Amino acid sequence: MSTGTVAGAEKGTARRAPLVALRGVTHSFGAVRALVDVDLDVHAREVVAVVGDNGAGKSTLAAVVAGALVPDAGEVVVDGDEVALTSPAEARRLGIAMAFQDLALCDDLDIVENIFLGQELRRGGVLDEVAMESEAERLLASLAARVPSVRAPVAALSGGQRQAVAIARSLLGDPRVLVLDEPTAALGVTQTAEVLNIVERVRDQGHGVLLVSHSMTDVQAVADRIVVLRRGRLNGVFDASRTGYEDIIAAITGVGPGLRRGGERS
Amino acid sequence: MTLTGERSAQPVGARSMRQSPSWRHGGPAWGRWTHDVTSLPVLVGLLVLALVFQALNPNFLTADNLVNLTLQSAVTGVVTLGVVLVLLVGQIDLSVGAVSGLSAAVVAVGFVQQGWPLAVSVIAAVVLGAVVGAIYGWLYTRLGVPSFVITLAGLLVSLGLQIQVLGATGSVNLPYESWLVRFGQRTFLHPGVAYAAVAAVVLAYAASRVVERVRRSRAELPTASWGVIAGRSGLLAVLLLVPTWYLNTNRGIGASVALFLGLVAVTDFLLRRTRWGRSVRAVGSNPVSARKAGLPVARVYVTAFTACTALAALGGVLSVGRLAAANQGTGGSDLNLTAIAAAVIGGTSLFGGRGSAWSAVLGALVIHSIASGLTLLNLDASARYVVTGVVLGLAVTIDAVSRRGRVLVGT
Repeated sequence: MSTGTVAGAEKGTARRAPLVALRGVTHSFGAVRALVDVDLDVHAREVVAVVGDNGAGKSTLAAVVAGALVPDAGEVVVDGDEVALTSPAEARRLGIAMAFQDLALCDDLDIVENIFLGQELRRGGVLDEVAMESEAERLLASLAARVPSVRAPVAALSGGQRQAVAIARSLLGDPRVLVLDEPTAALGVTQTAEVLNIVERVRDQGHGVLLVSHSMTDVQAVADRIVVLRRGRLNGVFDASRTGYEDIIAAITGVGPGLRRGGERS
Repeated sequence: MTLTGERSAQPVGARSMRQSPSWRHGGPAWGRWTHDVTSLPVLVGLLVLALVFQALNPNFLTADNLVNLTLQSAVTGVVTLGVVLVLLVGQIDLSVGAVSGLSAAVVAVGFVQQGWPLAVSVIAAVVLGAVVGAIYGWLYTRLGVPSFVITLAGLLVSLGLQIQVLGATGSVNLPYESWLVRFGQRTFLHPGVAYAAVAAVVLAYAASRVVERVRRSRAELPTASWGVIAGRSGLLAVLLLVPTWYLNTNRGIGASVALFLGLVAVTDFLLRRTRWGRSVRAVGSNPVSARKAGLPVARVYVTAFTACTALAALGGVLSVGRLAAANQGTGGSDLNLTAIAAAVIGGTSLFGGRGSAWSAVLGALVIHSIASGLTLLNLDASARYVVTGVVLGLAVTIDAVSRRGRVLVGT
């Protein structure tokens, strides 16, 4: 949590320890400084949105939290302990799961097969379809996701349904923090609403959600706190319920009236 | 049909959901049966072929001809089974014919000219085949050479080695009394054994369905009705008993045919009920997603290529047994093309991810029905090539169109 106008802190989130925290994370791709000294907290039962212009470092930040990228400098703290997230598998072990931006689904496999791909349940060495199907039904029902059948091939699903399957898959094993990278990109209005519903449900189940998005409407609809990145630096952390659209746009672009420069640390 | 589309979507877990999951996983059968029965076109095609050829020549459906047809299909089918595996991971092996020819040469020369025990020759041939596939897998996964080119190179190398191994005479005959020839030509299941096997298969099938139903109903998942389970088991019994009885009015079920069906059953089980099988379909469907899901993609490719060439080599061994000889023509271009054609005709997609071990059986039967029917009509290889080519074209078109349909529905 950065200094300045951190309005969200007053909601009581600061009193609880964050599930995941980044402290002074810096990362470069060659000469490009993708992240510079970024701090970030994700608490339980909270949607933290990361917004910013193209190339602001949003996806890099998500990759660091999900263990897909080891930053050049800075700490990742899980439950108060500094950890080394060297791989997505390690992050999963610590309770951080990510739904990929491209969903990483196999079209020819059905929903159950996709949800459990690589983590199949077995019974006596043989795939336990009954247990997997029950669990898939339970996961999708908990998200209120609407699909024709859990045995429908993923190729037959709409974009929103596919996103629901990808989120259900990342919820396997009950992670505490879920990282979603642009879950509503390329979706229509109705499907976007469905996915945002799912995000809220995931939060209400007690998970922390880190939502990377460049859609301001989506972010304002579901986020509890909004973290703005600008050229790799933190440019403000806002309480979503008390911050106007213009303020956030101003923080994203770095211009305009009413700019509340919260996160710029010199 | 409430397959797809959002309009028909139901909240998961609602009562109204309880009708669609597929039979394949122990659910009710008839909700979406067209999705499960991808082999329907080829079954219809097989029926049409049988009726047409029978109408043109009444010898076609005689027990004697059908026994020959199953014996021929077994050899092609074993090779086709390997091709199915490679197609499932979205690759191709153009060298199966040449590898089976090389393996036939190794068996014949090893046994007859080098004096190895026959079992050793057979094992050496199959292991050699597996090594060829492992090399393909290594080249593909490590160096990224397209399988099309690797296996084309493998075809030429295997062909060269086959001629080299056979030596100056170019042809080696096996003694008729060797067990391999007896196995390929004169060993048939005792009718009692055949009927016992049918009974065991039907009982195992029914039992597994009942267990599945009990577990599903305990988990409050949709279940197939008892009537459907009984009906399906009965249908299976009829489908197995009628051919068994009819073939037994002549020589019966050949040992190589039984071996082939056993291999198909084992492969089918591995594909549907194990993690490896799930990985094979996932890698064939989308290798990038499979890698992100943490699957050992390279290992899956290597196992598929290795199994394919090992089965091709086994097919070569069986052809030696059936023909009691290996020559330069064994496993020539004919087998190469028919094995790949059979896999596609049987219903395995050229685009990866979709298909079944049983498509090897159906495809091989179609190919050899055509060959047998045209031979009975005194037509030569030229007609056979044309007809097989047309059928293959038809099968690939169905595959491509159904794939396009799925993509369109998916958007």
